[in-house]
Amino acid sequence: MAVVLILALLVVGSVLFHLLSPWWWTPIASNWTYIDNTLIVTFWITGVVFVAVVSFVAYCVWRFRHRPGNRAAYEPENRKLELLLASGTAVGVAAMLVPGLFVWNQFITVPTDAAPVEVVSQQWLWSFRLPGADGKLGRSETRDITPENPLGVNKNDAAGLDDVIIEGGELHLPVGKPVHILLRSIDVLHDFYVPEFRAKMDMIPGMITYFWFTPTRTGTFDILCAELCGVGHPQMRGTVVVEEAEAYQAWLAQQQTFTQLLASAELQPAN
Amino acid sequence: MVEIPAGGADAVPAAEVEDMELYHPKSWWTKYVFSQDAKIIAVQYSITAISIGLVALVLSWLMRLQLAFPGYFAFIDADHYYQFITMHGMIMVVYLLTALFLGGFGNYLIPLMVGARDMVFPYANMLSYWIYLLAVLILVAGFFAPGGPTGAGWTLYPPQSVLSGTPGGQDWGILLMLSSLIVFVIGFTMGGLNYVVTVLQGRARGMTLMRMPLTVWGIFTATVMALLAFPALFVACVMMLFDRLLGTSFFMPAIVEMGTQLQHAGGSPILFQHLFWFFGHPEVYIVALPAFGIVSDLISTHARKNIFGYRMMVWAIVIIAALSFVVWAHHMYVSGMNPAFGFFFATTTLIIAVPTAIKVYNWVLTLWRGDIHLTLPMLFALAFIVTFVNGGLTGLFLGNVVVDVPLSDTMFVVAHFHMVMGVAPILVIFGAIHHWYPKVTGRMLNGVLGHIHYWITFLGAYAIFFPMHYLGLLGVPRRYYEIGETSFVPPSAHTLNIFITIMALIVGAAQVVFLFNLIWSLFRGKEASGNPWRATTLEWQTPQTPPAHGNWGKDLPVVYRWAYDYSVPGAPEDFIPQTQPATAGLTREVMR
Repeated sequence: MAVVLILALLVVGSVLFHLLSPWWWTPIASNWTYIDNTLIVTFWITGVVFVAVVSFVAYCVWRFRHRPGNRAAYEPENRKLELLLASGTAVGVAAMLVPGLFVWNQFITVPTDAAPVEVVSQQWLWSFRLPGADGKLGRSETRDITPENPLGVNKNDAAGLDDVIIEGGELHLPVGKPVHILLRSIDVLHDFYVPEFRAKMDMIPGMITYFWFTPTRTGTFDILCAELCGVGHPQMRGTVVVEEAEAYQAWLAQQQTFTQLLASAELQPAN
Repeated sequence: MVEIPAGGADAVPAAEVEDMELYHPKSWWTKYVFSQDAKIIAVQYSITAISIGLVALVLSWLMRLQLAFPGYFAFIDADHYYQFITMHGMIMVVYLLTALFLGGFGNYLIPLMVGARDMVFPYANMLSYWIYLLAVLILVAGFFAPGGPTGAGWTLYPPQSVLSGTPGGQDWGILLMLSSLIVFVIGFTMGGLNYVVTVLQGRARGMTLMRMPLTVWGIFTATVMALLAFPALFVACVMMLFDRLLGTSFFMPAIVEMGTQLQHAGGSPILFQHLFWFFGHPEVYIVALPAFGIVSDLISTHARKNIFGYRMMVWAIVIIAALSFVVWAHHMYVSGMNPAFGFFFATTTLIIAVPTAIKVYNWVLTLWRGDIHLTLPMLFALAFIVTFVNGGLTGLFLGNVVVDVPLSDTMFVVAHFHMVMGVAPILVIFGAIHHWYPKVTGRMLNGVLGHIHYWITFLGAYAIFFPMHYLGLLGVPRRYYEIGETSFVPPSAHTLNIFITIMALIVGAAQVVFLFNLIWSLFRGKEASGNPWRATTLEWQTPQTPPAHGNWGKDLPVVYRWAYDYSVPGAPEDFIPQTQPATAGLTREVMR
C-alpha cells in the first residue's frame, strides 16, 4: 500500500514545489506578456489534469487492491465514457491552442514602424548593425566578408555606407520602440536569446531570420546563444542595454559607421 | 461489440498451408552465437543494447558531475562534455531504446504472441543483429579515434557538426557517427521487415488482427513507422558524409569560419533539420508505442481485468503513428524556418494529445474496478503512468508554438523529453523484464532486489527531472558546459543542480542492483511455472518454459478469443487463455 501513499505525496509534493519553488521566469522586459499568459493557462490546464489523473490512479490502487476473494469487473468498452473523455480533452487542448495561435500570429507579424536591428553571429561573438540616417540597412553577403569588412556589407550599396557597425560590443536599444531583429550568421547555427525578452530565434548561415519585440523597461540584460554552436557555446555572451531615447541617441552617436570602418582599415593597412 | 454465440469462434478453417520446415542449428555456434532463432536473437539484442546503455549511463554521470561541480574534474573539459552529451543522447535514443524495444522485445514476443514458430525470415533476422552489433562497435570506436567522438549534440546539426569548432567535426568523430547510423539503419531494416511480415503473415489460426495483444500492436506499428522514418535519417547521413568528404554542399552555405572563406556555397542547413526531425519525431513514437502496448498488457494482466476500450486503444496507436509523421517541425519552431509553418505544426501536435490522452484514460480505467495485484510489473506500470502523464503534459507547453519560444533550447526541454521518452519507456522496460523474465529464463526475478531498484529508480528519476523543468522556466539554456556568471541565474539554481546530480548518481547506482538481480536470479531465482502471472496470451501457453526451438512442439496453437479474457463472469478462473475454445452453452461478449 506504500505505493498509494507515495502517489498521493507525489501529487501534493509536485503542486507544492510548483507553488513554493524559487525558480520562476525572469521579470519580463518586452511586450510579450501574452506569451507568459498563455504559459499560465497551460500550467493551469495541465496541472489540473495531472492532479486528477494521478489522484485517480492512487484512489483506484487503494480501492481495488487485491484481497482474497476479489474479482475484477468485466467491462470491455464504454463508448459513451470514451467519447466524453475524448471530447473533454479536445476542448482542453483547444483552450490552449487557440490563444496560442493568436499570439503566434502577433509574434510573426512585424509592425511597420519597427526599427531594423541586425544581429550577426559567429563563433563565438555577437556583432550588430544598425541603419544610419537613411533608416535602411545595406545589403550584405557572406562572400563579401574580409578582415576590413567583418560583416560582409556590400560596398556598392549606398544604403549600407552609413550603417552603424558594432563588433563584439554591446547593443543598445531605446525603450518603448518596437524593434525588428534581423538575424544573420556567418559560420554555423546560433540563436539570439535574451530570457527577459521571451523571444529567441536561430541564426542560419545563408539566411536572414527574424523576430520582433518592444522593450518595455530599461536595464542591462545578458545575451546568450541558445543553439549549440561548438565548444565555445557557453562563452558566447553579449549584453543588451535598454535605455531612454536620449541616452540611446548619445550612445549611437559614438558608434562608427561602415564608411568610417573602411577608412580606418585603410589607415592601418594589413602587413 | 457483438453477441457471438459460443462456438462461433471455433469455426476456424483447418490449416491450408503446411508448416515450413524450420531451420535447425547443427552446432553450438549456430545454436547460440550465429543463431537464427528469434528468441536467441532477442537476448543478443537485449544484452548488447543494455551494455551500450550502461555506457550512456556513465556518460550521464560525467555530464551531471560537470554541471554540479563545474571545473572540478579536470578530465571533463568542454570538448569532452559535448562528446558525452552527444554520445549519451544518441546511444539512449537509437542504440538502446530502439534496439531494445524492437530488436529485443519485438524478436522475443512477436512470434510467441502471435503463435508463430519463428520470424518469417530467420536468416535476415540473424544478420540484423550482427549488423546492429557492427553499428554499435563503429559507434564505440569513436571513443578511441583521434579527436574522439563527435560533440555536435545528438541532433548532429550541420554546418557545425562537420567544422572544426565542434569536437570530432574535422576528425573521425562525425564520420564514425554517420557511418554507424547508416549501418544501424541497414541492420534495422532487415529486422523490421521481419517483424512486420511475421505479424501480417505468421499469425496462428484464429489470431485475427483485432485479437492481437496490444504489445504486438505497439511493436508492429512502431516498426512500420521506423521503416518509413529511418530512410530520412539514412539519406541525411549520406548527404552529410558527402559534404564532409567529397566537398558537396547539400547542407553547407557560404561560410566564413574563423576568418577563412570555405569552399561551400548554396546548401541549406535547415534542410538537414527537416530530414532529421522527419525521422526524429516518429522516433519518439517508435520508442513510445511499444511501451504503450507493453504497459497495456502489464496493467491488464496484473489488474486481472480486460484492457478498457481495446479497439480504441488499437486505433489510438494507429492514429498516433499516422499523425506523428506530420508534426516533425515542432522541433523547429525557432529554427528560422518559415514561421507560418508554426500554425500547422502546433495544430497537428496538439491534436496528437487527444489519442494519447485516450490511451492514458483507458489505462487508468482498466485499474477501475480491477483486482490490482501490486506485483513489480504493476508497480512499474503505475510509475510509467505518472511519469508519462507528467512528460506528456509538458509536451503541451512545447507543442504550442508560442509557449515554446521562451522554453525552447532550455532545460525545460531536457526535462520534458527525459521524462516522456527516457524515464517513462525505461520504467516500462523494467516492468516488462520483470514480467517476461520467467518465460525467458524459467526463473523469477528476486522481489526484494526488485523493490529496492523500483523505488529508487522511480522516485529518484522523478526528483531529477521534475525540478529541472523550473530551471528551464527560469531561462537556463541547455547544452551549456557551464552557466558561469549569468545575471538572471540565482545561486539557488546551482544548489538545485547539485541536488539533481546527487539524485542522478543514486539512480544510476541503483541500476547495478537491477543488473545483479538479472544475473543472480538466472542461477538462484525461484523456479517459475509456465504461466506464473496466470496470463491469457499465447507466450504463456508454450509446452516448455523457456520455450524450445520452434516454440510450440508438434502443433501450432489455435486462437479462440481476444487477449483480455480476465475475470470473465461465470468462468471458473479469473483468466481464460486465448487457446481455450468457448464453452458450449455459454454466451458471452466477444470482441470482433
